[in-house]
Amino acid sequence: MAINNIWVFAQVSNGAPTSASLELVTKAHSLGGSVGVWVAGDGSAVAAALGAHGATKVYGVDYGSNLAGAAVASAMKSVIDAGDSPDLVMFPQSYEGRDVMSRLSVKLDRTVLTNNIDIVASGDSVTVTTPIFGGNTLVATTFTGGAPYLAAFRPKSFAPESTGGAAAAVQAVSVPDLGATGTAKVTAVHVEETTGPKLDEADIVVSGGRGLGESAKYELVEQLAKLLKGAPGASRAIVDAGWVPYSYQVGQTGKVVKPSVYIAAGISGATQHMVGMKGSKNIIAINKDKEAPIFGIADLGIVGDVHKVLPKLIEALQGR
Amino acid sequence: MNIIVCVKQIPDPANPGALDGNNALKRDGKLILDESDSYGVEMALQLVDAAGGGEVSLVSMAPNSETAGLRTALAMGAAKAVLVSDPALQGSDALTTAKILAAAVQRLGGADLIIAATESSDGYTGTVPEQMAEVLGLPSVTFAKKVSIDGGVLKADRQTEAGYDEVTCPLPALISVTAGVVEPRYPSFKGIMAAKSKPVDEVKASDLGVTPVGWDGAGQKITSVTQAEARAAGEVIEDDGEAFGKIVAFLEGLKVI
Repeated sequence: MAINNIWVFAQVSNGAPTSASLELVTKAHSLGGSVGVWVAGDGSAVAAALGAHGATKVYGVDYGSNLAGAAVASAMKSVIDAGDSPDLVMFPQSYEGRDVMSRLSVKLDRTVLTNNIDIVASGDSVTVTTPIFGGNTLVATTFTGGAPYLAAFRPKSFAPESTGGAAAAVQAVSVPDLGATGTAKVTAVHVEETTGPKLDEADIVVSGGRGLGESAKYELVEQLAKLLKGAPGASRAIVDAGWVPYSYQVGQTGKVVKPSVYIAAGISGATQHMVGMKGSKNIIAINKDKEAPIFGIADLGIVGDVHKVLPKLIEALQGR
Repeated sequence: MNIIVCVKQIPDPANPGALDGNNALKRDGKLILDESDSYGVEMALQLVDAAGGGEVSLVSMAPNSETAGLRTALAMGAAKAVLVSDPALQGSDALTTAKILAAAVQRLGGADLIIAATESSDGYTGTVPEQMAEVLGLPSVTFAKKVSIDGGVLKADRQTEAGYDEVTCPLPALISVTAGVVEPRYPSFKGIMAAKSKPVDEVKASDLGVTPVGWDGAGQKITSVTQAEARAAGEVIEDDGEAFGKIVAFLEGLKVI
């Protein structure tokens, strides 16, 4: 057995596959064999974009107001039981991705490996790489049970590339009876409006942390981000404290960002935060504690008070 | 309203983590309640209060009969706990952990609601709650950031990439809650004293009928552990009132302004 048939769970936003999804399709294609991509809805609208990145087939699941976890995992299981079984299923490390892979792992009695940044297939053996301890250490883990192997990947682990492939064939898959597991229903969808570039796509990110002292001072971070045409971000500490919404969080549990410039203001550099931003090309840190771990990875470190440095920096940039 | 909260007892995150000879996370020192779980404990206590009756129980899997973290949650107000502590469990993967915790839930006779954190602060696999829901055949709402129960129906705001969804779900159900969903109480002196005599039912994997477990049950094998390429520190300067100019010059050098 080699890795001949790979599935990717993809997500669609505003009618197009997300970049995290296209990364996985690209990587799956490079591992060889056929690539089947699972999406919500009927799949035909994204068949061309997915095909252009190497997908050969799209499985469309219309699960309505069900949550993705139980619905998509059950649909995958029904296709596997019908004889179309993948050797490997790749998931994005997202809310939906985690739910689907967890449910599927129990249905198939297979382990799942999450938080990966790389994958190597050699013959029928698959090995994934996971960064731990804030990314200082890399752990390579090989699946030992039988296929399908289930693995989730952090965003931006791979680069999406066009293969110039034709539109993928579309297969509609219906959701089997979910019993009690299908009784959770979405009744309303809320989109939090943000202006400026998206946090995980911005070329410049300015993040604030507990060193700002109080919620009102986050305004400095937003002002600086706006001046630099970047996106504002946050450490987990101030998200937990309720200063800014969860969607601003950079780190292990939040967004992974790799901008050209990352400015950390009043952030000490907890492992949980560094995991999400140490891939930035240039890092500037401002913190009053000169022992703060963030200075260990900063290209430019300012030991100082964010309340003094930020207003002067903002004023200097406004004057340009 | 009876609620079971999954709690993890972890090495203090303030100390640097380390791996043991088997490349498992070192957990031989003192363990504490994972802060991520304190939100679930608080949420459970509030929901039981709002329902006007019932109790909060805990399930945990930890080495060396560790109860320090459980006692913290008991001191907050939980009534009792099932602790699964068994050397055979070392090396267990997330799926085995979910099977063990689900069996511990069944040992307690189930509950109206099971609450977990979205992921632990040490291993952060992040799949155990949803895997438990599947093992138990329950509906689930993960990443709940606001939760209420009305007439046997759970209502939750669930975090999404773009904002949040409103979700309804009949009980019994399982939810995972984000940090910050409620403000965890500090245990009172009275609570701490009372916690010492609250029942902790310690069991082995074999008592729960879950096999295989540990390294044998894990569908994975660590094949190498290497140091990542270190990112070198650059220039660090003390602010003399003019350090903002250094930042401006740095940004100019990168041609982003």
